[in-house]
Amino acid sequence: MRRLPQIALLQDGKRLHLQDGPIDLIVEAKGEDAAVRAAYDAAARRFDGLLDELCAELVELRKAAHPKHCALEGIVARRMHAAVAPFAADRFITPMAAVAGSVAEEILGAMQSVAPLKRAYVNNGGDIALHLEDDEQFCVGLMDRPDRQGVMRTMIVDAADPSRGVATSGRHGRSFSLGIADAVTVLARTASQADAAATIIANAVDLPGHPAVLRCPANELQPDTDLGPRLVTRDVGELSEYEIHAALAAGETVARQLLAAGRIDGAVLFLLGQTAVVGTRGLDARQPEARAALQFA
Amino acid sequence: MVTDATSASSGDKIRCDACPVMCYIKPGAAGACDRYANHDGKLVRVDPHIVLERTMSHGGRVVPFQATGDWDGKIVHQSDIVVTAIGAGTTYPDYKPAPFIVSSEIDGVDMVTVVTEGIFSYCGVKVKIDTDRYLGPETATVRAQGEAVGHVTTSEYGSQMLSLGGVHHLTGGSKKEGRVTCDTLMDLSNCKPVELTIDGGAKVVVQAGRPPIVNGVTEERMRVGCGSATIGMFAKQWHGKVDEVVVVDDHITGVLSEHQAGKLLDIADTGIKMKGRRSTPGRYFQVADPGTGWGGTNISDPLSILGPFDAREARPGLSMLMVSTTGEHAGYYVLDDALRPVAQDMPLDLKLSVERIQENCEPALCTVLFMGGAGGSLRAGVTDNPVRLTRSVKDALTRVTSGGAPVYVWPGGGITFMVDVTQMPAGAFGYVPTPALVAPIEFTMRLSDYAALGGHMDYVRPLVSLKDSAEIRPMPYIPGRRA
Repeated sequence: MRRLPQIALLQDGKRLHLQDGPIDLIVEAKGEDAAVRAAYDAAARRFDGLLDELCAELVELRKAAHPKHCALEGIVARRMHAAVAPFAADRFITPMAAVAGSVAEEILGAMQSVAPLKRAYVNNGGDIALHLEDDEQFCVGLMDRPDRQGVMRTMIVDAADPSRGVATSGRHGRSFSLGIADAVTVLARTASQADAAATIIANAVDLPGHPAVLRCPANELQPDTDLGPRLVTRDVGELSEYEIHAALAAGETVARQLLAAGRIDGAVLFLLGQTAVVGTRGLDARQPEARAALQFA
Repeated sequence: MVTDATSASSGDKIRCDACPVMCYIKPGAAGACDRYANHDGKLVRVDPHIVLERTMSHGGRVVPFQATGDWDGKIVHQSDIVVTAIGAGTTYPDYKPAPFIVSSEIDGVDMVTVVTEGIFSYCGVKVKIDTDRYLGPETATVRAQGEAVGHVTTSEYGSQMLSLGGVHHLTGGSKKEGRVTCDTLMDLSNCKPVELTIDGGAKVVVQAGRPPIVNGVTEERMRVGCGSATIGMFAKQWHGKVDEVVVVDDHITGVLSEHQAGKLLDIADTGIKMKGRRSTPGRYFQVADPGTGWGGTNISDPLSILGPFDAREARPGLSMLMVSTTGEHAGYYVLDDALRPVAQDMPLDLKLSVERIQENCEPALCTVLFMGGAGGSLRAGVTDNPVRLTRSVKDALTRVTSGGAPVYVWPGGGITFMVDVTQMPAGAFGYVPTPALVAPIEFTMRLSDYAALGGHMDYVRPLVSLKDSAEIRPMPYIPGRRA
């Protein structure tokens, strides 16, 4: 059996939608018409068969990553491993923690290699690989709850910044989290690095053993999850202001270590309406209320 | 970490085989994709499909067709909901039941619609371009982005026909040729403009439901008829107002005084001498080469298709109208003492006759018919005995639609159909990198006929189960709304 991916432009005629199994990508490129066309063609061609490539090594990809040795063969699989390997020595992490970012990076790479583009992104469900040139910039809207409307803040990445990857992890997404963060958005050099780091930081935003946090073995929810019987967060009850700050501080500590080690360029952590920011330059510091007031002034 | 062991112990878990991730899904949960879920032990798709609601407004008198029984007084039957295959997905090239097999009751008869998206690697489009302008010689290669995507085919009437795509260009040539062909077919089928270049001919921008743009000039009208037909249509209106009329046409140029229509009106000979090959009286072939000038010829000066007037019949002061088959070009001439035609201002009543020709020319359009065949595996998704589906379609027991639009099914083997892409909902076509087009196709038949042809009866679900679930995306059906 071989199903074929869905490939189509979205209604706006500009963005490309690629979907195959759980992979769902929104792609947009800016440049000469012919270049954009060539880039989209390249994206579609690279996309065809990518899921099969990953699934061929799925068993290995779902195992805890070895900090040095990599038995994987696929280029995307190896990128996943490389992204999580720096974290693998002192905690449990599987290459699956970087799957979304690694796929986004692969598709962007295919586009970059065929045509000169001014600006491009591959958005894999919030894990985004970026291409920026000259004075182009990319505005990331941040929100703490993907199940709710509205953008809390915006973050600008411009071509002069080193970051080319954005990823968000937290307990509301499609994958499970060991921590309680609503969302952790990370900027890093690459999408795969951002993806792995976001997972690590979101897991670190936690209050271990707290009675208001409802946890459940991951494999009771999804039999074949890479997390096995590890407890994942299902619900977070009422927490005091102090507890919220304590949980965020735990995440912040990890984020600062990663920033110091050059693994991330910045992170924004959200938990129950509170925010912690680590090392991002582009973050728009104004709160939405403040901006609304400015517009009316 | 993979839970093969646990899957054996719990029967309520199911393994999804829609993609190679092969998720184990617990009851009430969705797979990694959030598209397929375990609903009471069954694998179901949870992202939306498209349902067209036919919201036709019945202005004026409606006469319902009633084959048997008494009319129940209802003008619109409740059956006017079409579940289309757009978004239904497909599982090519295997033979799993089609993504949707829906039953609804129409006039007390259980009807089944099998909804699927077909992957058509053997498909193409037929393009009808309403223009007299010369597009290129028959069989000339048609190119998009420099790649051969089809050819100019025989033209049966005033319009010109292109045949694009087909298995040869999609999969028989280079990789790029296949890709460009696929893009061209998809864009044309989705009613987007496509620039085509014809070897030894014109550059034409084709968009379904829009006028063609030939060498940068937007075509406005179809010719009213060939030159000879135009003479026949307007002879009476010219009678008494002018001595001679020549209707310039690439195919058949008409001459009033020699034409049967002129003879019937006792119009006198004028001593006119036409170039080209005379067919029957007053009808000339090949007065010039094809081109983008007068009446689809290559001429800009109509007098160039005339020889010297015959002094035995011609006389100074004789008046002549020359006009193209669309009325776009026209000139009025009077013979001087040397019997040479000299351009003059056109009298008002002749101007009106030229306008009348223009008025009778219908708006020029491009028409795109998608043509594809429902292949073996697609038919297998409908029934476990695929040939019976073909026979059922041929016996008119099964109705085929594409995105809810009516199709023409070719007689002969297989289910080869054509559909006017402007009748289909927007964005109905997609592609896969094979390269091949993905198009919706629906088969509707009586439930009993469906069972008889070996249908996947276990997968039939009532229409209400779709209507009441979140699986559908209703959209208004307005026939031909994209034209």
